[in-house]
Amino acid sequence: MKRFFDTELEQFRSHLMLMGETAIRQVRDALKALVDVDVALADRVIAADDELDRLEMEIDDEAIRYMNLRAPVATELRLVIVGMKASHDLERVGDECTTIAKRAVRLAAEPPLKPYVDIPRMANIAIEMLREAMECFLHGDTEKALAIVRRDAEVDAINKQLYRELTSFMIERPATTTRALELMFISKSLERIADHACNIAEEMVFLAKAQDIRHREELKKS
Amino acid sequence: MVTDISSSKTTPHMETPAAPATFKVNVPSSSTKLPATTGTLIDIDNLDFYYGAKQALFDVNLKLDDKRVTAFIGPSGCGKSTLLRCLNRMNDLIDGTEVKRGSIKIRGVDIYGKNVDAIELRKRVGMVFQKSNPFPKSIYENIAYGLRIQGQNNKVRLDEIVEKSLRGAALWEEVKDRLHESGLGLSGGQQQRLCIARTIAVSPEVILMDEPCSALDPIATAKVEELIHELKKEFTIIIVTHSMQQAARCSDKTAFFYMGKLIEYDDTRTIFMNPSNPQTEAYVSGRFG
Repeated sequence: MKRFFDTELEQFRSHLMLMGETAIRQVRDALKALVDVDVALADRVIAADDELDRLEMEIDDEAIRYMNLRAPVATELRLVIVGMKASHDLERVGDECTTIAKRAVRLAAEPPLKPYVDIPRMANIAIEMLREAMECFLHGDTEKALAIVRRDAEVDAINKQLYRELTSFMIERPATTTRALELMFISKSLERIADHACNIAEEMVFLAKAQDIRHREELKKS
Repeated sequence: MVTDISSSKTTPHMETPAAPATFKVNVPSSSTKLPATTGTLIDIDNLDFYYGAKQALFDVNLKLDDKRVTAFIGPSGCGKSTLLRCLNRMNDLIDGTEVKRGSIKIRGVDIYGKNVDAIELRKRVGMVFQKSNPFPKSIYENIAYGLRIQGQNNKVRLDEIVEKSLRGAALWEEVKDRLHESGLGLSGGQQQRLCIARTIAVSPEVILMDEPCSALDPIATAKVEELIHELKKEFTIIIVTHSMQQAARCSDKTAFFYMGKLIEYDDTRTIFMNPSNPQTEAYVSGRFG
Protein backbone atom coordinates (compact mmCIF):
# COMPACT_ATOMS: atom_id res chain seq x y z
CA MET A 1 0.00 0.00 0.00
CA LYS A 2 1.44 3.35 -1.01
CA ARG A 3 1.18 6.03 1.60
CA PHE A 4 0.71 9.72 0.91
CA PHE A 5 4.07 10.55 2.49
CA ASP A 6 6.13 7.94 0.63
CA THR A 7 7.38 10.68 -1.69
CA GLU A 8 9.12 12.26 1.31
CA LEU A 9 11.30 9.17 1.67
CA GLU A 10 11.99 9.09 -2.05
CA GLN A 11 13.10 12.69 -1.88
CA PHE A 12 15.26 11.93 1.14
CA ARG A 13 16.99 9.11 -0.73
CA SER A 14 17.45 11.30 -3.81
CA HIS A 15 19.03 14.05 -1.76
CA LEU A 16 21.48 11.62 -0.20
CA MET A 17 22.42 10.26 -3.63
CA LEU A 18 22.85 13.82 -4.92
CA MET A 19 25.06 14.60 -1.95
CA GLY A 20 27.15 11.50 -2.65
CA GLU A 21 27.61 12.47 -6.30
CA THR A 22 28.50 16.04 -5.33
CA ALA A 23 31.07 14.85 -2.78
CA ILE A 24 32.67 12.50 -5.32
CA ARG A 25 32.84 15.31 -7.88
CA GLN A 26 34.49 17.54 -5.28
CA VAL A 27 37.22 14.96 -4.57
CA ARG A 28 37.83 14.49 -8.28
CA ASP A 29 37.99 18.24 -8.92
CA ALA A 30 40.21 18.90 -5.91
CA LEU A 31 42.67 16.29 -7.17
CA LYS A 32 42.53 17.69 -10.71
CA ALA A 33 43.12 21.21 -9.41
CA LEU A 34 46.23 19.95 -7.60
CA VAL A 35 47.66 17.82 -10.38
CA ASP A 36 46.87 20.23 -13.23
CA VAL A 37 47.85 23.27 -11.14
CA ASP A 38 44.44 24.73 -11.94
CA VAL A 39 43.77 27.53 -9.47
CA ALA A 40 40.43 28.43 -11.02
CA LEU A 41 39.18 24.88 -10.50
CA ALA A 42 40.48 24.89 -6.92
CA ASP A 43 38.50 28.07 -6.28
CA ARG A 44 35.38 26.41 -7.69
CA VAL A 45 35.88 23.44 -5.35
CA ILE A 46 36.13 25.81 -2.39
CA ALA A 47 32.99 27.65 -3.47
CA ALA A 48 31.04 24.43 -4.15
CA ASP A 49 31.43 23.27 -0.55
CA ASP A 50 28.43 25.41 0.30
CA GLU A 51 26.31 23.05 -1.78
CA LEU A 52 27.28 20.09 0.42
CA ASP A 53 26.67 22.10 3.57
CA ARG A 54 23.23 23.03 2.30
CA LEU A 55 22.40 19.44 1.35
CA GLU A 56 23.47 18.17 4.77
CA MET A 57 21.16 20.64 6.50
CA GLU A 58 18.34 19.78 4.11
CA ILE A 59 18.76 16.05 4.78
CA ASP A 60 18.87 16.64 8.54
CA ASP A 61 15.73 18.72 8.31
CA GLU A 62 13.93 16.06 6.26
CA ALA A 63 15.06 13.30 8.64
CA ILE A 64 13.96 15.16 11.77
CA ARG A 65 10.65 16.02 10.17
CA TYR A 66 10.07 12.41 9.11
CA MET A 67 10.93 11.02 12.54
CA ASN A 68 8.78 13.63 14.20
CA LEU A 69 5.69 13.27 12.04
CA ARG A 70 5.82 9.78 10.49
CA ALA A 71 7.20 7.70 13.38
CA PRO A 72 9.26 5.42 11.13
CA VAL A 73 10.19 1.88 12.16
CA ALA A 74 12.30 -0.96 10.76
CA THR A 75 13.94 -0.21 7.38
CA GLU A 76 12.55 3.30 7.29
CA LEU A 77 13.91 4.12 10.72
CA ARG A 78 17.31 2.76 9.75
CA LEU A 79 17.19 4.71 6.49
CA VAL A 80 16.54 7.98 8.27
CA ILE A 81 19.25 7.38 10.89
CA VAL A 82 21.77 6.23 8.32
CA GLY A 83 20.86 9.10 6.00
CA MET A 84 21.70 11.63 8.70
CA LYS A 85 24.98 9.95 9.55
CA ALA A 86 26.05 9.43 5.94
CA SER A 87 25.24 13.02 5.04
CA HIS A 88 27.46 14.16 7.89
CA ASP A 89 30.27 11.99 6.51
CA LEU A 90 29.75 13.42 3.03
CA GLU A 91 29.79 16.95 4.39
CA ARG A 92 33.13 16.19 6.03
CA VAL A 93 34.39 14.81 2.71
CA GLY A 94 33.51 18.21 1.27
CA ASP A 95 35.51 19.93 4.03
CA GLU A 96 38.53 17.79 3.23
CA CYS A 97 38.19 18.73 -0.44
CA THR A 98 38.18 22.39 0.52
CA THR A 99 41.38 21.80 2.48
CA ILE A 100 42.98 20.06 -0.49
CA ALA A 101 41.87 22.86 -2.85
CA LYS A 102 43.25 25.58 -0.60
CA ARG A 103 46.58 23.80 -0.37
CA ALA A 104 46.54 23.25 -4.15
CA VAL A 105 46.25 27.02 -4.59
CA ARG A 106 49.26 27.59 -2.35
CA LEU A 107 51.29 24.87 -4.05
CA ALA A 108 50.47 26.36 -7.45
CA ALA A 109 52.59 29.37 -6.54
CA GLU A 110 55.69 27.23 -6.15
CA PRO A 111 57.60 24.76 -8.32
CA PRO A 112 56.43 21.14 -7.96
CA LEU A 113 58.23 19.14 -5.30
CA LYS A 114 57.90 15.85 -7.15
CA PRO A 115 55.69 14.25 -9.78
CA TYR A 116 52.29 13.33 -8.33
CA VAL A 117 51.99 9.54 -8.32
CA ASP A 118 50.84 8.37 -4.89
CA ILE A 119 48.41 11.19 -4.22
CA PRO A 120 46.36 10.52 -7.38
CA ARG A 121 46.48 6.80 -6.54
CA MET A 122 45.13 7.50 -3.07
CA ALA A 123 42.53 9.89 -4.40
CA ASN A 124 41.33 7.39 -6.98
CA ILE A 125 40.97 4.66 -4.36
CA ALA A 126 39.10 7.07 -2.07
CA ILE A 127 36.80 8.10 -4.94
CA GLU A 128 36.14 4.47 -5.78
CA MET A 129 35.38 3.70 -2.15
CA LEU A 130 32.94 6.58 -1.96
CA ARG A 131 31.28 5.61 -5.23
CA GLU A 132 30.89 2.00 -4.11
CA ALA A 133 29.56 3.09 -0.71
CA MET A 134 26.85 5.07 -2.48
CA GLU A 135 26.12 2.05 -4.70
CA CYS A 136 25.67 0.02 -1.52
CA PHE A 137 23.09 2.58 -0.47
CA LEU A 138 21.23 2.01 -3.72
CA HIS A 139 21.44 -1.76 -3.79
CA GLY A 140 21.92 -2.85 -0.17
CA ASP A 141 24.97 -4.88 -1.12
CA THR A 142 26.65 -5.60 2.20
CA GLU A 143 29.43 -7.72 0.69
CA LYS A 144 30.58 -4.74 -1.29
CA ALA A 145 30.30 -2.59 1.84
CA LEU A 146 32.60 -4.93 3.73
CA ALA A 147 35.09 -4.88 0.85
CA ILE A 148 35.19 -1.08 1.16
CA VAL A 149 35.98 -1.33 4.85
CA ARG A 150 38.84 -3.72 4.10
CA ARG A 151 40.22 -1.44 1.42
CA ASP A 152 40.85 1.33 3.91
CA ALA A 153 44.14 -0.32 4.88
CA GLU A 154 45.42 0.25 1.35
CA VAL A 155 44.90 4.01 1.65
CA ASP A 156 46.39 4.09 5.14
CA ALA A 157 49.52 2.34 3.82
CA ILE A 158 50.01 4.87 1.00
CA ASN A 159 49.51 7.71 3.46
CA LYS A 160 52.21 6.32 5.73
CA GLN A 161 54.56 5.74 2.82
CA LEU A 162 54.05 9.33 1.65
CA TYR A 163 54.65 10.59 5.17
CA ARG A 164 58.02 8.81 5.29
CA GLU A 165 58.98 10.01 1.83
CA LEU A 166 58.03 13.63 2.52
CA THR A 167 59.84 13.57 5.87
CA SER A 168 63.01 12.51 4.02
CA PHE A 169 62.53 15.42 1.62
CA MET A 170 62.33 17.86 4.51
CA ILE A 171 65.43 16.44 6.23
CA GLU A 172 67.48 16.38 3.08
CA ARG A 173 66.29 19.71 1.67
CA PRO A 174 64.82 21.96 4.35
CA ALA A 175 63.75 24.42 1.65
CA THR A 176 61.07 21.95 0.64
CA THR A 177 59.48 21.89 4.08
CA THR A 178 56.51 24.11 3.28
CA ARG A 179 55.60 22.20 0.13
CA ALA A 180 56.20 18.83 1.79
CA LEU A 181 53.92 19.80 4.67
CA GLU A 182 51.20 20.89 2.26
CA LEU A 183 51.41 17.51 0.55
CA MET A 184 51.38 15.69 3.90
CA PHE A 185 48.17 17.45 4.83
CA ILE A 186 46.67 16.69 1.43
CA SER A 187 47.59 13.04 1.92
CA LYS A 188 46.00 13.11 5.36
CA SER A 189 42.85 14.65 3.88
CA LEU A 190 42.60 11.85 1.34
CA GLU A 191 43.12 9.29 4.09
CA ARG A 192 40.26 10.94 6.01
CA ILE A 193 38.05 10.85 2.90
CA ALA A 194 38.64 7.09 2.71
CA ASP A 195 37.72 6.85 6.41
CA HIS A 196 34.44 8.64 5.69
CA ALA A 197 33.78 6.21 2.82
CA CYS A 198 34.32 3.38 5.33
CA ASN A 199 31.91 4.98 7.75
CA ILE A 200 29.30 5.21 5.02
CA ALA A 201 29.91 1.57 4.08
CA GLU A 202 29.43 0.52 7.70
CA GLU A 203 26.27 2.58 7.86
CA MET A 204 24.99 0.79 4.76
CA VAL A 205 25.46 -2.58 6.47
CA PHE A 206 23.34 -1.26 9.32
CA LEU A 207 20.75 -0.04 6.84
CA ALA A 208 20.53 -3.37 5.05
CA LYS A 209 20.89 -5.76 7.97
CA ALA A 210 20.51 -3.80 11.21
CA GLN A 211 23.96 -4.94 12.25
CA ASP A 212 26.48 -2.58 13.76
CA ILE A 213 29.93 -3.46 12.42
CA ARG A 214 31.78 -0.37 13.59
CA HIS A 215 35.11 -0.80 15.34
CA ARG A 216 35.43 -4.42 14.28
CA GLU A 217 39.10 -4.58 13.45
CA GLU A 218 38.83 -8.15 12.23
CA LEU A 219 36.70 -6.92 9.32
CA LYS A 220 39.57 -4.88 7.99
CA LYS A 221 41.66 -7.98 7.44
CA SER A 222 40.99 -9.57 4.09
CA MET B 1 27.18 -13.27 20.75
CA VAL B 2 28.30 -14.34 17.31
CA THR B 3 26.01 -13.43 14.49
CA ASP B 4 26.33 -14.79 11.00
CA ILE B 5 25.98 -11.81 8.75
CA SER B 6 25.15 -14.02 5.79
CA SER B 7 22.05 -15.31 7.49
CA SER B 8 20.55 -11.90 7.93
CA LYS B 9 17.09 -10.99 6.87
CA THR B 10 15.83 -9.39 3.73
CA THR B 11 13.52 -6.44 3.56
CA PRO B 12 11.18 -5.44 0.78
CA HIS B 13 13.32 -2.42 -0.02
CA MET B 14 16.69 -4.05 -0.18
CA GLU B 15 18.11 -6.47 -2.67
CA THR B 16 19.88 -9.45 -1.25
CA PRO B 17 23.59 -9.60 -1.98
CA ALA B 18 24.51 -11.74 -4.96
CA ALA B 19 27.27 -13.61 -3.18
CA PRO B 20 26.97 -15.04 0.30
CA ALA B 21 29.18 -13.50 2.96
CA THR B 22 31.95 -15.72 4.14
CA PHE B 23 32.71 -14.60 7.66
CA LYS B 24 31.11 -13.81 10.93
CA VAL B 25 31.17 -10.67 12.99
CA ASN B 26 30.88 -10.33 16.72
CA VAL B 27 27.94 -8.24 17.70
CA PRO B 28 28.10 -6.85 21.22
CA SER B 29 25.17 -7.89 23.36
CA SER B 30 22.47 -5.30 23.78
CA SER B 31 22.75 -2.95 26.71
CA THR B 32 18.96 -2.98 26.97
CA LYS B 33 18.86 -6.70 27.62
CA LEU B 34 16.03 -7.74 29.89
CA PRO B 35 16.58 -9.35 33.27
CA ALA B 36 16.24 -13.10 33.27
CA THR B 37 12.73 -14.46 32.96
CA THR B 38 11.68 -17.50 34.88
CA GLY B 39 10.87 -19.00 31.50
CA THR B 40 7.82 -19.85 29.52
CA LEU B 41 4.56 -19.36 31.38
CA ILE B 42 2.09 -19.92 28.56
CA ASP B 43 2.69 -22.46 25.84
CA ILE B 44 0.34 -22.31 22.85
CA ASP B 45 0.75 -25.33 20.66
CA ASN B 46 -0.72 -25.91 17.16
CA LEU B 47 -3.87 -24.00 18.04
CA ASP B 48 -6.81 -24.04 15.61
CA PHE B 49 -9.81 -22.05 16.78
CA TYR B 50 -13.26 -21.77 15.20
CA TYR B 51 -16.29 -19.50 15.42
CA GLY B 52 -18.84 -22.03 14.19
CA ALA B 53 -17.67 -23.11 10.73
CA LYS B 54 -15.32 -20.18 10.36
CA GLN B 55 -11.75 -20.81 11.36
CA ALA B 56 -10.27 -17.82 13.17
CA LEU B 57 -6.85 -19.13 14.23
CA PHE B 58 -4.61 -21.37 12.18
CA ASP B 59 -1.94 -23.52 13.77
CA VAL B 60 -0.71 -20.91 16.23
CA ASN B 61 2.45 -21.81 18.10
CA LEU B 62 3.67 -19.36 20.69
CA LYS B 63 5.55 -19.43 23.99
CA LEU B 64 4.90 -16.46 26.26
CA ASP B 65 7.47 -15.58 28.88
CA ASP B 66 6.73 -15.13 32.55
CA LYS B 67 6.85 -11.55 33.92
CA ARG B 68 7.14 -10.02 30.49
CA VAL B 69 4.88 -7.82 28.43
CA THR B 70 3.92 -9.39 25.13
CA ALA B 71 2.07 -7.32 22.54
CA PHE B 72 -0.26 -8.89 19.98
CA ILE B 73 -0.49 -6.71 16.89
CA GLY B 74 -2.14 -7.07 13.52
CA PRO B 75 -4.96 -5.63 11.41
CA SER B 76 -8.58 -5.97 12.47
CA GLY B 77 -9.84 -9.52 12.15
CA CYS B 78 -6.37 -11.05 12.29
CA GLY B 79 -7.21 -13.15 15.36
CA LYS B 80 -5.18 -11.34 18.02
CA SER B 81 -8.16 -10.62 20.31
CA THR B 82 -9.51 -14.12 19.67
CA LEU B 83 -6.24 -15.60 20.85
CA LEU B 84 -6.18 -13.27 23.85
CA ARG B 85 -9.67 -14.42 24.84
CA CYS B 86 -8.61 -18.04 24.41
CA LEU B 87 -6.05 -17.51 27.17
CA ASN B 88 -8.70 -17.22 29.87
CA ARG B 89 -11.42 -19.05 27.96
CA MET B 90 -13.55 -15.95 27.54
CA ASN B 91 -14.51 -17.38 24.16
CA ASP B 92 -16.39 -20.14 26.00
CA LEU B 93 -19.08 -17.53 26.60
CA ILE B 94 -19.74 -17.30 22.83
CA ASP B 95 -21.90 -20.06 21.31
CA GLY B 96 -20.30 -22.21 18.65
CA THR B 97 -16.69 -21.42 19.51
CA GLU B 98 -14.30 -24.31 19.68
CA VAL B 99 -10.63 -25.17 19.96
CA LYS B 100 -10.54 -27.94 17.36
CA ARG B 101 -6.87 -28.69 17.56
CA GLY B 102 -3.89 -27.88 19.73
CA SER B 103 -3.54 -26.77 23.30
CA ILE B 104 -2.82 -23.84 25.58
CA LYS B 105 -0.82 -24.71 28.65
CA ILE B 106 -0.21 -22.44 31.61
CA ARG B 107 2.57 -23.76 33.80
CA GLY B 108 2.22 -27.02 31.94
CA VAL B 109 -1.51 -27.44 32.55
CA ASP B 110 -3.82 -27.54 29.53
CA ILE B 111 -6.41 -24.86 30.28
CA TYR B 112 -8.89 -26.57 27.96
CA GLY B 113 -8.48 -29.83 29.88
CA LYS B 114 -11.60 -31.49 31.22
CA ASN B 115 -10.80 -30.86 34.86
CA VAL B 116 -10.08 -27.16 34.48
CA ASP B 117 -12.67 -24.80 35.95
CA ALA B 118 -12.95 -21.74 33.68
CA ILE B 119 -13.96 -19.52 36.61
CA GLU B 120 -10.86 -20.54 38.54
CA LEU B 121 -8.79 -20.00 35.41
CA ARG B 122 -10.10 -16.44 35.07
CA LYS B 123 -8.96 -15.67 38.60
CA ARG B 124 -5.45 -16.61 37.53
CA VAL B 125 -5.75 -14.93 34.17
CA GLY B 126 -7.42 -11.56 34.62
CA MET B 127 -8.62 -9.31 31.86
CA VAL B 128 -8.86 -5.60 31.19
CA PHE B 129 -11.14 -4.59 28.36
CA GLN B 130 -11.10 -1.92 25.69
CA LYS B 131 -13.83 0.08 27.38
CA SER B 132 -13.52 0.49 31.10
CA ASN B 133 -16.35 -1.35 32.84
CA PRO B 134 -16.42 -0.58 36.55
CA PHE B 135 -19.28 -2.05 38.52
CA PRO B 136 -22.00 0.48 39.44
CA LYS B 137 -20.67 0.43 42.96
CA SER B 138 -18.26 2.47 45.06
CA ILE B 139 -14.58 2.60 44.22
CA TYR B 140 -13.92 0.48 47.31
CA GLU B 141 -16.53 -2.11 46.40
CA ASN B 142 -15.23 -2.39 42.85
CA ILE B 143 -12.05 -3.83 44.32
CA ALA B 144 -13.55 -5.67 47.27
CA TYR B 145 -16.35 -7.34 45.33
CA GLY B 146 -14.25 -10.06 43.71
CA LEU B 147 -12.46 -10.72 46.98
CA ARG B 148 -15.74 -11.14 48.84
CA ILE B 149 -16.91 -13.63 46.20
CA GLN B 150 -13.69 -15.51 46.91
CA GLY B 151 -14.69 -15.59 50.59
CA GLN B 152 -12.58 -12.78 51.97
CA ASN B 153 -14.75 -10.91 54.46
CA ASN B 154 -12.15 -9.69 56.92
CA LYS B 155 -12.55 -5.91 56.88
CA VAL B 156 -8.94 -5.17 57.81
CA ARG B 157 -7.66 -7.53 55.14
CA LEU B 158 -10.04 -6.10 52.58
CA ASP B 159 -8.89 -2.57 53.42
CA GLU B 160 -5.30 -3.66 52.95
CA ILE B 161 -5.92 -5.28 49.59
CA VAL B 162 -8.03 -2.38 48.33
CA GLU B 163 -5.26 0.08 49.17
CA LYS B 164 -2.54 -2.17 47.79
CA SER B 165 -4.45 -2.72 44.56
CA LEU B 166 -5.23 0.95 44.09
CA ARG B 167 -1.61 1.81 44.78
CA GLY B 168 -0.57 -0.91 42.34
CA ALA B 169 -2.80 0.68 39.73
CA ALA B 170 -1.36 4.13 40.51
CA LEU B 171 -4.81 5.36 41.53
CA TRP B 172 -4.61 5.49 45.33
CA GLU B 173 -3.48 9.10 45.64
CA GLU B 174 -6.29 10.26 43.38
CA VAL B 175 -9.13 8.38 45.10
CA LYS B 176 -8.09 7.72 48.70
CA ASP B 177 -10.41 10.44 49.99
CA ARG B 178 -13.45 9.27 48.11
CA LEU B 179 -13.29 5.50 48.25
CA HIS B 180 -17.00 5.24 48.91
CA GLU B 181 -18.07 7.35 45.96
CA SER B 182 -19.26 5.65 42.78
CA GLY B 183 -16.60 4.25 40.47
CA LEU B 184 -18.64 5.57 37.58
CA GLY B 185 -17.84 9.13 38.70
CA LEU B 186 -14.18 8.73 37.80
CA SER B 187 -12.66 9.93 34.52
CA GLY B 188 -12.20 7.42 31.68
CA GLY B 189 -8.51 6.96 32.49
CA GLN B 190 -9.21 6.56 36.20
CA GLN B 191 -11.98 4.06 35.47
CA GLN B 192 -9.57 2.01 33.37
CA ARG B 193 -7.01 2.04 36.18
CA LEU B 194 -9.78 1.08 38.59
CA CYS B 195 -10.47 -1.94 36.39
CA ILE B 196 -6.76 -2.78 36.46
CA ALA B 197 -6.82 -2.44 40.28
CA ARG B 198 -9.85 -4.72 40.38
CA THR B 199 -7.98 -7.24 38.24
CA ILE B 200 -4.81 -7.29 40.32
CA ALA B 201 -6.76 -7.42 43.61
CA VAL B 202 -7.37 -11.15 43.15
CA SER B 203 -3.63 -11.73 42.54
CA PRO B 204 -3.70 -13.22 39.06
CA GLU B 205 -0.58 -14.51 37.36
CA VAL B 206 -1.49 -13.12 34.00
CA ILE B 207 -3.21 -9.90 32.96
CA LEU B 208 -4.76 -9.79 29.51
CA MET B 209 -5.36 -6.32 28.11
CA ASP B 210 -7.53 -5.89 25.06
CA GLU B 211 -6.77 -2.45 23.62
CA PRO B 212 -6.80 -0.95 27.12
CA CYS B 213 -6.00 2.59 25.98
CA SER B 214 -8.04 2.90 22.81
CA ALA B 215 -10.67 5.03 24.54
CA LEU B 216 -8.22 7.09 26.58
CA ASP B 217 -6.60 10.46 26.00
CA PRO B 218 -2.80 10.68 25.72
CA ILE B 219 -2.28 11.54 29.40
CA ALA B 220 -4.45 8.65 30.63
CA THR B 221 -2.73 6.41 28.07
CA ALA B 222 0.68 7.40 29.40
CA LYS B 223 -0.44 6.55 32.94
CA VAL B 224 -1.67 3.12 31.90
CA GLU B 225 1.53 2.48 29.98
CA GLU B 226 3.57 3.53 32.99
CA LEU B 227 1.45 1.15 35.04
CA ILE B 228 2.07 -1.72 32.62
CA HIS B 229 5.79 -1.11 33.04
CA GLU B 230 5.44 -1.37 36.82
CA LEU B 231 3.05 -4.32 36.79
CA LYS B 232 5.34 -6.55 34.78
CA LYS B 233 7.56 -6.92 37.84
CA GLU B 234 4.79 -9.01 39.35
CA PHE B 235 2.55 -10.11 36.50
CA THR B 236 2.79 -11.52 33.03
CA ILE B 237 1.02 -9.11 30.71
CA ILE B 238 -0.36 -9.68 27.26
CA ILE B 239 -1.67 -6.63 25.48
CA VAL B 240 -3.59 -6.35 22.23
CA THR B 241 -3.04 -2.98 20.67
CA HIS B 242 -3.59 -1.18 17.39
CA SER B 243 -1.02 1.41 18.35
CA MET B 244 2.39 0.51 16.98
CA GLN B 245 4.00 3.09 19.23
CA GLN B 246 2.29 1.58 22.25
CA ALA B 247 3.51 -1.90 21.37
CA ALA B 248 7.01 -0.51 20.85
CA ARG B 249 6.97 1.45 24.10
CA CYS B 250 5.37 -1.11 26.40
CA SER B 251 6.23 -4.61 25.31
CA ASP B 252 9.27 -6.83 25.55
CA LYS B 253 8.09 -9.18 22.85
CA THR B 254 5.70 -8.68 19.97
CA ALA B 255 3.64 -11.17 17.99
CA PHE B 256 2.30 -10.11 14.60
CA PHE B 257 -0.83 -11.85 13.33
CA TYR B 258 -2.40 -11.75 9.91
CA MET B 259 -5.52 -13.57 8.77
CA GLY B 260 -5.55 -15.87 11.77
CA LYS B 261 -1.91 -16.84 11.49
CA LEU B 262 1.05 -15.92 13.60
CA ILE B 263 3.39 -14.32 11.09
CA GLU B 264 6.27 -13.32 13.32
CA TYR B 265 7.14 -13.37 17.01
CA ASP B 266 10.31 -11.83 18.33
CA ASP B 267 11.80 -9.28 20.67
CA THR B 268 9.93 -6.00 20.22
CA ARG B 269 13.16 -4.27 19.35
CA THR B 270 13.71 -6.71 16.49
CA ILE B 271 10.13 -6.45 15.25
CA PHE B 272 10.41 -2.67 15.04
CA MET B 273 14.01 -2.47 13.88
CA ASN B 274 14.57 -5.45 11.64
CA PRO B 275 11.62 -7.79 11.24
CA SER B 276 12.23 -11.03 9.34
CA ASN B 277 8.98 -11.10 7.46
CA PRO B 278 8.13 -8.51 4.78
CA GLN B 279 4.48 -8.60 5.92
CA THR B 280 5.51 -7.61 9.42
CA GLU B 281 7.65 -4.81 8.05
CA ALA B 282 4.78 -3.59 5.87
CA TYR B 283 2.37 -3.64 8.81
CA VAL B 284 4.56 -1.94 11.40
CA SER B 285 5.48 0.68 8.78
CA GLY B 286 1.80 1.33 8.12
CA ARG B 287 1.94 0.06 4.55
CA PHE B 288 -1.00 -2.25 4.99
CA GLY B 289 -3.66 -3.12 7.51
